[in-house]
Amino acid sequence: MSISLFYFVAFLTIFFSLLVIFSKNPVHSVLYLIVTFFTFTLHYIMLNAQFLAIVNFIVYMGAIMVLFLFVLMLLNLNEGSIGSKSNLLKMVGVIAGMCLIITLVGSVKALNDSDPLILQTQDLGLVKNLGKVLFSKFLLPFELSSILLLSAMVGAVLLAKKDIKQG
Amino acid sequence: MENLTQSIQGVPLNHYILLSTIIFAIGVIGVLIRRNAIVIFMSIELMLNAVNLLLTAFSVHHNDPAGQVFVFFIMALAAAEVAIGLAIIVMIYRNTNSTDVNILNKLKW
Repeated sequence: MSISLFYFVAFLTIFFSLLVIFSKNPVHSVLYLIVTFFTFTLHYIMLNAQFLAIVNFIVYMGAIMVLFLFVLMLLNLNEGSIGSKSNLLKMVGVIAGMCLIITLVGSVKALNDSDPLILQTQDLGLVKNLGKVLFSKFLLPFELSSILLLSAMVGAVLLAKKDIKQG
Repeated sequence: MENLTQSIQGVPLNHYILLSTIIFAIGVIGVLIRRNAIVIFMSIELMLNAVNLLLTAFSVHHNDPAGQVFVFFIMALAAAEVAIGLAIIVMIYRNTNSTDVNILNKLKW
C-alpha cells in the first residue's frame, strides 16, 4: 500500500466519469456511473469514513442506480431516438467546463501549499462517532430531512400517477 | 483497514480539491453537452458526489465529524431529488414520447 493507490483510484474516477458523459447509449452511461460511484466508495474507505462508504454503496450504487436503470428500461429509449447537440454547442460546453476548471484551480493555487492529509483520530468516520454528532448537534436538520423525504415520496407518487380525469 | 488508511497519509489536500474540481467540471460539461434528460440527471449526481468527496476530505483534514454529517444530509437530499426528477421525466415522456430537453425548450409557449 502506497500513496500511489490514491492516484490510481482518482484516475479511475475521472476516466469513468468522462465515459458517463460521452457514451452514446444511456444504459452504458448508467453502468459507468455505477463504476464511478464504486470508486467514490473506495475514496471514502481510504479516508476511513466507513459509515459514508457503506451508505454510498447502499444508497447510490443500490437504490439510486436501480431507479435510473428502471426508468431507462421503462421508457424504452433507443440509441438514435435522441439526437446530439451540434458540434459547435459541444465545443462551447467543453470550453466552458475547462474555464471552470482553470478558474477553480487558479484560486486553489493562490492558496499556500496544503499540508498532507493526516488521519488524527482513527474513529472519526465510524458509526458511533457520527451517530453521537447526528443526534445531538444536528438533531433538527435530521428531523427536517425526514420531512423532506416524506414530501418527496408523496410528490413522486402524485407526479407519476396517471391523471384519472383525462385518462 | 489500518493498512488501507495508511495510504492516504501524505496525499496533499490540494490533490483532493483538484480531483473534486475536475469531477465537478465533468458534471457541468455533461449538463451542457447532452440532450437526454436522464443523462443530465446523472451529471448532476456526479457534481453532488464531487462535493461529497471534498466535504469528507476536509472533515478528515480538520478532524471534525460535522463534514461527514453534511455528506449524509446531501445523500438524503440527492435521493429525494432523484425520485422527484425521475417522476417528472416519466411524466414528460408520457406527454412527448421522448426525454429530449430540446423539445421542451419553450415549455408550453
